[in-house]
Formats: sequence, C-alpha cells, structure tokens
Amino acid sequence: MAVVQPARKGAAAETDDARGAARRQWLGRVWRSIFPRPLVARTDRERAALTRFTFLLHLRPVLVPARTLPWTHTFGLGGSSLVLITLLAATGILNMLVYQPVPGVAYDSVVAIQDQVPFGALVRGVHWWAANLLVVVLLLHIVRVFATGGYHGARQFNWVIGCGLLAAVLANNFTGYLLPWDQLAYWAVTISTAMLAYVPLIGGMLQQVARGGPEIGTQTLVSFYTIHTTIVPVVLIVLMGFHFWRVRRAGGVVEPPAAPGDPEGDDAKRLFLPDLLLREVVQALVIVAVVVVLAALFGAPLDERANPGMSTNPAKAPWYFMGLQELLIHLHPVFAVMVFPLLAGLGFLLLPYVTSDDEPAGRWFLSPTGRRTATLAAAAALVATPILVIADDLLAGGPSGLIGGGVLPLALAAGAVWGTFVLARRRYGASVNEAVQAVVVLLAVGFAVLTLIGVWFRGEGMALVWPWLR
Amino acid sequence: MTTTSDGAAAQKPAGSETSRRRVLRWLWWGLGFAVAGELAWIGLSFVRPRRAAGATGDGPIFVAGPVGDFAPGTVTAFPAGSFYLARLSGGEFLALDRTCTHLGCTVPWNAGTGRFDCPCHASSFDITGAVIGPPAPRPLDHYPVRIENGIVKVDLETKLRRTAFVPSQAVSS
Repeated sequence: MAVVQPARKGAAAETDDARGAARRQWLGRVWRSIFPRPLVARTDRERAALTRFTFLLHLRPVLVPARTLPWTHTFGLGGSSLVLITLLAATGILNMLVYQPVPGVAYDSVVAIQDQVPFGALVRGVHWWAANLLVVVLLLHIVRVFATGGYHGARQFNWVIGCGLLAAVLANNFTGYLLPWDQLAYWAVTISTAMLAYVPLIGGMLQQVARGGPEIGTQTLVSFYTIHTTIVPVVLIVLMGFHFWRVRRAGGVVEPPAAPGDPEGDDAKRLFLPDLLLREVVQALVIVAVVVVLAALFGAPLDERANPGMSTNPAKAPWYFMGLQELLIHLHPVFAVMVFPLLAGLGFLLLPYVTSDDEPAGRWFLSPTGRRTATLAAAAALVATPILVIADDLLAGGPSGLIGGGVLPLALAAGAVWGTFVLARRRYGASVNEAVQAVVVLLAVGFAVLTLIGVWFRGEGMALVWPWLR
Repeated sequence: MTTTSDGAAAQKPAGSETSRRRVLRWLWWGLGFAVAGELAWIGLSFVRPRRAAGATGDGPIFVAGPVGDFAPGTVTAFPAGSFYLARLSGGEFLALDRTCTHLGCTVPWNAGTGRFDCPCHASSFDITGAVIGPPAPRPLDHYPVRIENGIVKVDLETKLRRTAFVPSQAVSS
C-alpha cells in the first residue's frame, strides 16, 4: 500500500501499476468476502476447516466412520434420491414455464414442450425418468434401511419421517401423471380416484374431493397442478431437512459391526472431505448421466389427447398403484382399497416400534439365520402369489362377496403372517427381529409380484396374458 | 420468580394467582385451537368440491328426440349428455349412465352381442344395465325418463343408483 517506490520509471507507468494493484486488491477483497479460505485444501487440517466453514459442506460431519464408507453398505441410495429430487425441481421449473393447467390447452402445451421448445423433449424426458427412478430408488433405500436394521434406537422416528417422504413422492408422481392430459393420464387417474369410492361411508366424498367434483375436469387438473408444483414440494423440502438432520443426530448412517481382527478397530474415522464427498459426487454424476441417457434414448411417453368418451383397453393405474389394482381384481373392494392397505401401511409405519432395539444392527439381513429365513420367505411369496392369482382367476373369475373376497383372504394373509413368524422362530430359531424381517419380506415380495403381474401380465380386459404374446 | 409468586400467594387469598393463571392459560389454548380450527376450515373449504355448472349438454333436462326415432331393442348414445338411451324390446325407455360402476371407465355399447362391455376390466352389462359379468358391483346408474307429447326427455340432474334392474325403472311410451 504505502510502499515507497524508487522514482526510476516514468510517472504514467507508475500510476498504471498502482491502479492495477489497487484493482487486484479490491477484487481480492470481494473474493475473500465470499470465500474466506482457500478453496483447494491441501492438508487434512485445511480440509477439515473447509468442511466446517463452508455452508454447504458444514451440513456434513468432518469425520465419518470408516466402516460406513464401502459402497455396498448403503449403495448411496439416500443421496441418489436427493440428486433425483434436485433434477426434478430443475426440470419441473422449466416445464412450468410452458405448461398450462387447463384441460383444453394442457395437452397442446405438452406437445409444445415436446416439439417447439429447444431441448423440451429432453427436459420433459429427464423429468419423467427421474420421477419414476425416484420411486424405485426410494423403495430400494427403504429395503436397505430395513435390511441393515437402520431403524432402531435414535433412528426410530426417522423411519416414520421416511414413510412421510415416500407418501409425498408418491403423491407427486400421481398428481404429475394427470398433467399431460392424454388418454394414459386421464384413465389412470379415473381408475385410481374411482378406487376411493369403495371406502365405506366417506368414499363418495373422498372421491369428490380428490377430483374436485363429480368428474375429472378443470378443477381436478388445477388442484393436481397446485399439489404437484407447490404443496408437495414444500412438504418434501421440510421433511427432507428433518430427515437429514435426524440422520446427522443419529451419528450418520447405521454402522456395520467391525470385522473380527480389523486392524483399525471400532473407531476408525475418515475425513468427509475427500473420502465421502468424492464418492457422493461420483454417484451423483453417474445418476445424472443415467437419467439423461434414458431421457435421450426413450423420452417421456405421450398418448393421444384425453377422450372422456372412450376408455383405453386395458386401463391401468400408474405402475406403483398396480399392486393395489391387482388386489381389486381378486378381493372385495372394501378389503382391496381399505382393509389390506390400511393394515399393511400401519404395520409398515410401526415397524421400528414392534421390533427389539437391542439386537446389533448394521449387518445385511442381521445374521446367517436372518438371511436364511428372509430368503425362504421371499421364495415362498414368489411361488405362492402367482399360484393364488391364477387359482382365483380360474376358480372364481372375479371378486366374490364380503366373506369369499374379504374375510377369507384376510384370514389367509393373517395365517401366512403368523405361520411365517412361528416357523421362523421355532423351526429356524430366529430372533424376534429376524422373524419380523421374514414376515416383512414375505409381504413385500408378495406385493411386488402382484405389481409385476398387474404391469406385465394383464392385457385386454385385464385378462391374464403372457407379455411376449401381447 | 419463585419468591415473588410465593410472596404473592402469601399475601393474597390462597389460589387466586394460580386460578388467574389457569384461566389465562385456558384462554390461550382456546384461542389457539380456535385459530387452528378457522384456518383448517378455510383450507378445507378450498378443497371442497363445487358443483360443476352446466356440465352436461343442454342443462338438466336433456331432450333426446321423438319416440319414433328409437327402435325397440336398440341403444342410442348421447355423448353430449354422457348417457345411453336404451329402448327395451317391449318398447320401454331407460336412460343409462355410461360410467362403469367398477372403476369409472366409459362403457361402449356392443350392438353385435347386445351388451355393454367395459374395456378396462371386462365387466359387462345387458341392455337394462344389469351386471352380467363381474367385477362391476352394481348395475349402471340411470336417469329418470319422461315422455311428453311423444318426445323423450331425460333428467340428467338426478342420477339414480340401484342394486338390480326392476321393470318399474323403465318408462313405457
């Protein structure tokens, strides 16, 4: 600053130099006000400081347990969900700039996104693929958390928050399904909202509220659009913050037990930056690449304009509701849309509270016994579900009364749950948690099989067909 | 804090301080619930379905046409009113809603087989709207039909649910 310069150069050159120095100094001040410390950390000490004093990074701990780092421990599914949600927000905002939520023009505005907006088809494709992948990734995330016992102790309530997040994502997938206002959208939403009418007593009212009137129309589209673009995103952001905070409070993801003879012992830690952050960035880039490639290759489907006078054949709900629709083919409607989903949902929500806290968590499927009972339960569901579906199709050919289509199947399901539990306990010497795990695997695989049957093995008139003969 | 309240309790009649606090606490809670209730009410009144005005064609009374236009044993579609006018073989009229009672698909009339076949989930109904094939749980809804001066009129305001077809639902010309 106040350095005395020897007066050897010319006066003009001297002022130029001084001006340049002053400008650099001013720019440096601005830069340091934004980034008070070096962005490239060269030592572990600098990296720890960077983690602690950078806003985005300080949301993460400085040190993470070394044993949680291997990819196969979590598969990075929670982080992948966050990446997909970010992609959805970005592409969703772009879509909102063009889309018009009014039945007469909604379809045309979607066609405009596809055909007139540069990269419109790609952006819409990314939105569609990210939305569908998100449901898959979230379900896998739940499987991971469940199978590694990451819902005990400090994590109990975070399981419930996670269930809320899943519900919010499903709600947004479903409301988004209607927006293109094509045949696929119109009839899928007709079917799904018609399921509500089977809820006893308040079903008709529920259906009217969901549709905003007796039929699917302008009111339905406007309220679905508002839910899709405002209500659920706000709920998602709040719940995500809560969810991540709870993970942090619980000390990060659930730790696997130390391998016997692990030289580093129980408490080995690694720096978040770079050990975990690099892995996360790599996974995020892979996810984005996969979504963009899928969007570029396959795009998002767009059927013909919605025609309320002509139903599609077959008319199917969105794929994540196909298990429910498949139940509706076999069961009395009150049981298919209310009793079974309510019981299953409640049981799922309360899982952390019906299992024991004391068992060691962090190992996939708990133990060799847990692995064996879970595999057997999965195999049983894999075999029994198609047999039940085909038997019901051949024998009854449709849902029967309250007894045959409701009480009897409920008794059958309760028997299967009880039988699995008792068999796991007595025959295989499973602990309570292992037996509960076997029951959950049985039900989850059964529902997954129902969904697959609904999506691929149901053709015209919802008759059973081979997908390759369709 | 505790000393002042202890002192106040000592000077004033026993319990007056606590009862005032209790009243105020209840008041705050009551106000809080009232506000929450009002906000919930406002929110709910926004999602409560409103009646769609003039959703169906020519208004509540739909003029289908002269009796002679409809041959016995045929079904005529009225897309503008979202219903079918069925004339049974005996000459009686029946106005059937086109919405499948299973999951709300639109059922097309198949003149060849003389049935309504739902394309979505294979329910089928006969010309009276009665279920002849599951999974539909009840017959197609119907509307009251009036015949005035040889003109068939349908009251689309009044959708009627039924558990079975009985001849009195059909109107003879």
